[in-house]
Amino acid sequence: MSTAPAEFALELRDVRKNFGKTEIIRGANLAVKPGERVAVIGPNGAGKSTLFNLISGRFGSTSGDILLHGQKIDGLTPYEINRRGLARSFQVSNLFNRLSVFENLRCAVLWSLGYKYSFWRFLADAKDANERAEEVMEMIKLHKRRDVLAMNLTYAEQRALEIGLTIAGGAQVILLDEPTAGMSRSETARFVNLIREVTVSKTLLTVEHDMGVVFGLADKIAVLVYGEVIAFDTPEKVRANERVKEAYLGSVLAESQAAGAGH
Amino acid sequence: MQHTGQVYRFKPYNVGRWVIWGGYALLMAVAPLLWTSSLSLTMLSQMGIAIIACLAFNMLLGQGGMLSFGHAVYSGLGSFFAMHALNLAGNGAIVLPVSLVPLVSGVFGAVFAVLLGYVTTKKAGTPFAMITLGVGELVAAMALMFPGFFGGEGGISGNRVQGQPFLGITFGPQVQLYYLIALYTFVATALMFAFTRTPLGRMLNAVRDNPERVEFVGYNTQYVRYFAFIASGFFMGIAGGLGALNFEIVTSEVVGATRSGAYLLFTFLGGAIFFFGPIIGAVLMVLALVLLSELTLAWLLYLGLIFIFMVMYAPGGISSLIMMNLRVAAFGKLRPLLASYAALAGTALTALVGMAAIIEMVYHLQLNEALGPTLKFMGATLNAKGVDAWFGACFVLAVGVAMFEFSRRQFVREWGHAQEEIEKEVKKREAAA
Repeated sequence: MSTAPAEFALELRDVRKNFGKTEIIRGANLAVKPGERVAVIGPNGAGKSTLFNLISGRFGSTSGDILLHGQKIDGLTPYEINRRGLARSFQVSNLFNRLSVFENLRCAVLWSLGYKYSFWRFLADAKDANERAEEVMEMIKLHKRRDVLAMNLTYAEQRALEIGLTIAGGAQVILLDEPTAGMSRSETARFVNLIREVTVSKTLLTVEHDMGVVFGLADKIAVLVYGEVIAFDTPEKVRANERVKEAYLGSVLAESQAAGAGH
Repeated sequence: MQHTGQVYRFKPYNVGRWVIWGGYALLMAVAPLLWTSSLSLTMLSQMGIAIIACLAFNMLLGQGGMLSFGHAVYSGLGSFFAMHALNLAGNGAIVLPVSLVPLVSGVFGAVFAVLLGYVTTKKAGTPFAMITLGVGELVAAMALMFPGFFGGEGGISGNRVQGQPFLGITFGPQVQLYYLIALYTFVATALMFAFTRTPLGRMLNAVRDNPERVEFVGYNTQYVRYFAFIASGFFMGIAGGLGALNFEIVTSEVVGATRSGAYLLFTFLGGAIFFFGPIIGAVLMVLALVLLSELTLAWLLYLGLIFIFMVMYAPGGISSLIMMNLRVAAFGKLRPLLASYAALAGTALTALVGMAAIIEMVYHLQLNEALGPTLKFMGATLNAKGVDAWFGACFVLAVGVAMFEFSRRQFVREWGHAQEEIEKEVKKREAAA
């Protein structure tokens, strides 16, 4: 174990992933500093979700290295990666449907507070877990829906709980896979604020299609095209990047500049 | 401010919980005084054992989403070890009070769950069910292959009356054993309920709902399943040990697929969703196995019909029917539904009478033909070879089914209406709060 803090919270070195003969991720490189908020953008099928699945351990990579706080995590299982301080959300809400909002969040904090597989103590006495679950419930503004089953929540509420489950364990590196997908304009705006609040001082990677959200939220933008990171820089520099314009952004970018100079 | 809200949150549940647990203990304590015949005492003893087994089975089915087709392995092996322990204690080879024999079998149930469960719980869902089926068959086959331990076809027997009586308790009279079983049942029920309130118990629910997400909040789902499986195996073993004491004989059928199937069927009938569902299922199991099988030769067929009916119309089992109606009653909407319930019951009964007449005639023709074509059915004499009886039975069945379907549709409408009103009421209360 290294004593000095790692320079990068998350680092990808020439990561590749094949599905059969099809190469989906073709040598992705990325180095995210602690505390940075990174938006991962790219056309459909560029491999954004696959990249998240590789980082979070849902799939194993074919080759290359993935480092979390300077330590290799590729080849580890999702729960091992989670225990090392990386948490992710899903594009399609992935909740504990027959448990209440509160129970969902409590399940998400138990491991990080050291409760492991214990069956010799009661949850009611797990004060820290209960307080943390209540706290997260306030943060995602679902405290009024405390005892509602996850499957009975509205779509927007489920998306909020999805983020709640992701951040509850206190992971330092957070991956959000299209957190605002399927939301109305006003909900999206509210959600961007929510994401900003709950990820203060954390390293954030988010897949996002809404350019307003991207430029509003991100310190840096990573552009993924055909399984490669073709640009990784501040929003202004990415906007100006010729290769990005050529490959992908051109039309979308012009549109968003025209529409939302306010961002 | 958030904290004061927590401290002063009114918890009516706690009062209710004392009442419920007190009532449960009281019922078990006075049951032998209410039902005094030796048959009912035997049945009460079996019910206690079945309650432990079904609750333990439901730790997997209802709480962990694991469908086991071979769970009698753990109760059954527990039974065999209990019987051997009892005999060793009887010989003086080991010192073991009879009252602690079920703990020994519980430990062995857990040990076998440790050994076999590791493979079983590697997978969830359908593969899990398949592996339990395979393990069940394996152990059932082994039970006949090692007669030295399992006693072959005849099984092994023992005597639960041994050693010095402790405070006059010899466990000779059934009632003494009943109270031992009742004590185990109460404690086991309490422990299994407590389990649902622990971190492992709650993560087991999470694994049931969404194993994938559990992996992303730091838990190894296989371990969660495995540890729950071991806990379940322990309680299955206790049930097996009590069974050995109760019958004083253990045959290879206690590890067999029929027994496993009974646990599954009755746990489901009682209801896997709520904790208390399997208790209802266990009571029904003993009633069916002891009384229904006395009443008719075709009892398994009736059981199958009831099971299919429940799966189709009330997949939450009896306990969820109770809870749904309690909810409706709590909102004061039950009264208008009572007429519909009466109609449902009446028409279902009509259909059942028609069906039963047909089944009994078929069985009579198959098995009792030497006794002549006539049989007694609910006070009437039917001629199983006559056209009249068949026509009559079919007519009653058809009318019953048609009318049942009619009243069922009526009921579904009314039920939906009541639910809508309740939803509105809930919204109103939420807005007011």
